Amino acid sequence: MTIVPSTQRRGVSLLPTSIRSKPGLAVAIAFLVLIVVVAASASFLPYDAYRQDLLHRNSPPSWNHILGTDELGRDMLARLAIGARVSLVVAVTSTVAAVLIGIAVGAIAGYKRGWIDSVCMRFVDSMYAFPDTLFAILIAGVVKGQLSQSSTDFFSPITALYKMSGGLFGVFLTLSFTSWLVCARIVRAEVIILRSAEYVAAARLAGASDLFVMRRHILPNCLPVIIVAATFVVPSAILLEAGLSFLGVGVDPPTPSWGAMIASGVRSMQSYPHLLITPAIAVGLTLLSINVVGDALREHFDPSFRRGGEAS
Amino acid sequence: MSELLKQIGETTNNAGARLGDTILEARDLHVIFGTGVRAVDGINLKIYRGETLGVVGESGCGKSTLGRTLCMLEAPTGGSVALNGLPISDMKGSSLREARKSLQMVFQDPYSSLDPRQRAGEIIGEPLLLAGVDKKQRQSRVNELLDLVSIGASGYAKFPREFSGGQRQRIGIARSLAANPEIIICDEPVSALDVSVQAQIVNLLVSLQRKLNLTYVFISHDLAVVRQMANRVAVMYLGRIVELADADKIFAAPRHPYTAALLSAVPRMLTSSAKRKPISLPGDPPSPMHLPPGCRFQARCWLRQKLGSPDVCSAVDPMLSGTGDHQAACHFQEHVDAQRGAQNA
Repeated sequence: MTIVPSTQRRGVSLLPTSIRSKPGLAVAIAFLVLIVVVAASASFLPYDAYRQDLLHRNSPPSWNHILGTDELGRDMLARLAIGARVSLVVAVTSTVAAVLIGIAVGAIAGYKRGWIDSVCMRFVDSMYAFPDTLFAILIAGVVKGQLSQSSTDFFSPITALYKMSGGLFGVFLTLSFTSWLVCARIVRAEVIILRSAEYVAAARLAGASDLFVMRRHILPNCLPVIIVAATFVVPSAILLEAGLSFLGVGVDPPTPSWGAMIASGVRSMQSYPHLLITPAIAVGLTLLSINVVGDALREHFDPSFRRGGEAS
Repeated sequence: MSELLKQIGETTNNAGARLGDTILEARDLHVIFGTGVRAVDGINLKIYRGETLGVVGESGCGKSTLGRTLCMLEAPTGGSVALNGLPISDMKGSSLREARKSLQMVFQDPYSSLDPRQRAGEIIGEPLLLAGVDKKQRQSRVNELLDLVSIGASGYAKFPREFSGGQRQRIGIARSLAANPEIIICDEPVSALDVSVQAQIVNLLVSLQRKLNLTYVFISHDLAVVRQMANRVAVMYLGRIVELADADKIFAAPRHPYTAALLSAVPRMLTSSAKRKPISLPGDPPSPMHLPPGCRFQARCWLRQKLGSPDVCSAVDPMLSGTGDHQAACHFQEHVDAQRGAQNA
């Protein structure tokens, strides 16, 4: 391994070099940026995502409506942009929540071992026993059922939040509840390896408490796997959200989401294929791009992938 | 030396005493793992201030576990460890952390012993950070330590991966020295290094011992290195110390057949007058989960064969015994030296 001067090694951003050597990564990043920009600028688009135009229903892509209109004459581009907002916001926030829960449970279980570990992991195992989507539907159903009732008790602020977000909050809860399992397992496995590292023993000998060891040594060294785990969770959350909305337990209509758009597109798939293809391509390309970026991140953080000469 | 060093030095001098008193003592130490493996099986050991105690034995004999237990990284399942008279094996949490400050360890693997995400300066300064030393003093002390182990202050901001194996081990040594320990447990500190680098590290450890009046427990499977470093040697076999004596005595006239076999396996120059054919030990050590009754070395013992398999070997578990400071756990220890020469006759 070449020894690289330390100024070049870390200070200079690694991404430009990696991108130059990987055109696929550049395309993926560009696409994600495009999605984010479109989602952010949804309000500046010429058409409103909710305005119906019954005279121009199901019209194919044209200069007026670049991506055509849906079965109620609403502009597909505008709906796709708002849908991106919904999908991405829900996916990212629920991933953050899931990763945080996963880190907490995984780190405690992996570091403490013993009965705490057994209890935590058997719980995770039993949650795992449910098929992912089925479990999500179950939770979504319960959450939706609970939260859409007007209650005045303890849950009332949550209910308010749920109603305000057009069902988004329910999807967020569902995704967080289902996605943290993967994270907890990955973090636990990593913590078990790291806790027996000799530098952890050295820190403990020098008088470090568990908390110190965790904060200074174990969690920073877990970061690569956590990031990799997150790049697994984001696309699966997008997919799960799409699935839930497709099945009608996701966001409430008329809020557009990619999954809901695919669901309504399926109904008229044969006569108006653009209603299905556009959101489906959006979902597919987004997932692909996130995976490509996730792979690149993993290579960046995994020391065994890192080649010293590359940065110079 | 900085003021800080003096301060800590003074406190240890007040607590400590003359050269040669017991600094670390293990009494009837047992470590039995959950699987039933008796990694350390009844060890009594005194380590005296200023000495280097070599611990040798083959892989899996429990020498590393002994090292980790002596500094309470591994909790013993029985027996006790006392550091400067304080029973650290009964302590927990912050009192344990406080009590064993004068005990440090140098590890075997120079790769896993340094946190890859931290710079050399942060790694070496960590014990000081934990001791509550402020940043400025920490930096000057770390630079001092970097000089002491011949890395130089230029290494301060580098990451472990920018150093070679030998340099990494120097950083590990510098870290162990940071909080001015009295005793350092070296767990195979040179076995992962090239032979030429091994010599440098051994020399560094020896010169540090002289400069800083350190006590070493030097764990190794390399008899040549132990011979160079140690004043006293403990030979371990299956979780027990089978022979314990001054280094020159053990190398000149071993009293345990296992030690004799180990010594005969050290490669020698062809011209050496003391040339002997190696004594080969048949088979593997018995499983540490199911030990035979009597002596745990009996099945592989060349001396027992030579003596016509006396019953006592398979009936009575020999304890450490012997004249003066030279102790061995063998019923026929007085025969070992005479018989090993005749081994191949």
